[in-house]
Amino acid sequence: MSSFNLDHFLKSKSAGIVLPFIATVVLFALWELIVILFKIPPFNLPAPSNIVRAMVEFTPQLFANSMRTLWTTLLGFVLAVIVGVILGFMIGYSRLAYLTMYPLLVAFNTIPKAAIVPLLAIWFGANAIPATVTAFLLAFFPIAVNVALGLDTVEPEMKDVLRSLGASQVETFQKVGWPHTLPYIFASLKIAASFAFIGAVISESVASNAGLGYLIVQATSDFNVPLAFAALILLAIMGVILYTFFVYLEKKVIYWAR
Amino acid sequence: MVKPTLDPSSSSSIATDVEPLLEFDRVGLEYPFEGSMRRIIQEVNLSIKPSEFVSFVGPSGCGKTSILRMVSGLSPAPIGEIRYRGQRIKKPLNNVGIAFQNPVLLPWRNTLNNVMLPLEIVPPYKNDFGQKKAEYTRMAQDLLSTVRLQDFQKQYPWQLSGGMRQRASLCRALIHQPEILLLDEPFGALDAFTREEMWTMLQALWMRVKCVGILITHDLREAVFLSDRVFVMSPRPSTIIYEELINLPRPRTLEMELDDEFNHYFSNIRRHIHHN
Repeated sequence: MSSFNLDHFLKSKSAGIVLPFIATVVLFALWELIVILFKIPPFNLPAPSNIVRAMVEFTPQLFANSMRTLWTTLLGFVLAVIVGVILGFMIGYSRLAYLTMYPLLVAFNTIPKAAIVPLLAIWFGANAIPATVTAFLLAFFPIAVNVALGLDTVEPEMKDVLRSLGASQVETFQKVGWPHTLPYIFASLKIAASFAFIGAVISESVASNAGLGYLIVQATSDFNVPLAFAALILLAIMGVILYTFFVYLEKKVIYWAR
Repeated sequence: MVKPTLDPSSSSSIATDVEPLLEFDRVGLEYPFEGSMRRIIQEVNLSIKPSEFVSFVGPSGCGKTSILRMVSGLSPAPIGEIRYRGQRIKKPLNNVGIAFQNPVLLPWRNTLNNVMLPLEIVPPYKNDFGQKKAEYTRMAQDLLSTVRLQDFQKQYPWQLSGGMRQRASLCRALIHQPEILLLDEPFGALDAFTREEMWTMLQALWMRVKCVGILITHDLREAVFLSDRVFVMSPRPSTIIYEELINLPRPRTLEMELDDEFNHYFSNIRRHIHHN
């Protein structure tokens, strides 16, 4: 009889590391097995071993293009945070700003960003700018909406308490508005980080001279499918790292959350 | 030569006792409802002396909460006026303490820092908050031990029970030594036992600060236990239809609830409550 207790293990800290690791290994093992069993040719679906080989063979290209995608994404993301937070505060605090800008923002957000990329290419050329701009355009909206939502959800009683103490607008913001909005900001940053990656790669695959999106298009046109998959996997890894970073930061900053 | 004329009202009022802190002068309230204005409060006239504790009881919808909002200046009286030390209340007063049914503590502050919030905002405390932080912390700890929360200073709101949160909220309402304490059904969400416990704690806190207390409640026993005077309001459009002076010695104890005198006050008030 084993003394292993599943419920107990699931609540432990190590389960959070061990289980995702096992799931990843099992996924790749199954993948390898299926490719071998059904004799799938590499230009349809390369086996993980084949992808690893491509990673080793094309390390310099993969590295250079990853860096390009990373910095355009991060730059677009940082711009999105700045603009998103400012817009969110305007919409959240000013009825005038809400009524004038919010419908426009929603309308703009509905436009597929892939459709804008050719225009960006005409304006800026096939370089890093369209990727940065697209990353920004995809990422700022969820941030703005969440900041506005955060400001809007401060309890009316709390506002009354502060008003009855004679608190100024600035004090109310410092003591209540800002800390109350922080969890909403972090929730949106996690989403926006993934959106920024998606934006950058969409743009790179249409109008660029470098980046993982560009590399994937190039590789597939050469029928080098293992290289395209290697690029995809690197993209996924970068996304997970950025997401994990914000989860960690959120835990540090929003210390009061359970 | 011009002689200064004596104000007749001031010369004649020497014989009466203390000046009222708050005066309600023909206070009324109406609300737009289905296209026309509906009268909520017909007319309220009364005055409250310094360090007096009064309660307003009456059927729901009679404008009790609105009275608190008018006194605090959060929504000044639209009809008639309420005067604080002779001055008409037109904007939020900043020497009031407020507690609601929802204790609204800040989740990112522990109990101690929640209680100290007003000291960071209200003058003169805010001006020397940096230098006198140790002294102010002792003030807050003092209040917290009055409500037996001295061992929960470092706890966050989510770690406290509903009753504990409400006690912390009362301490926050009183730390800046307000002249007026406004309580809007503060114990409405608590169970009967906790509620009675809260009465004695609120009384202890109030007796330390000695400010005017205005309590809105549905619980007539609570009103009798805590008040010097209880005002009974009629259904909408409301007026004060009955006023009971509670002459029980302080500090009052929960045993007093069983006394004939207490029950006499209770039934007097109960008889005057009419439903909508």
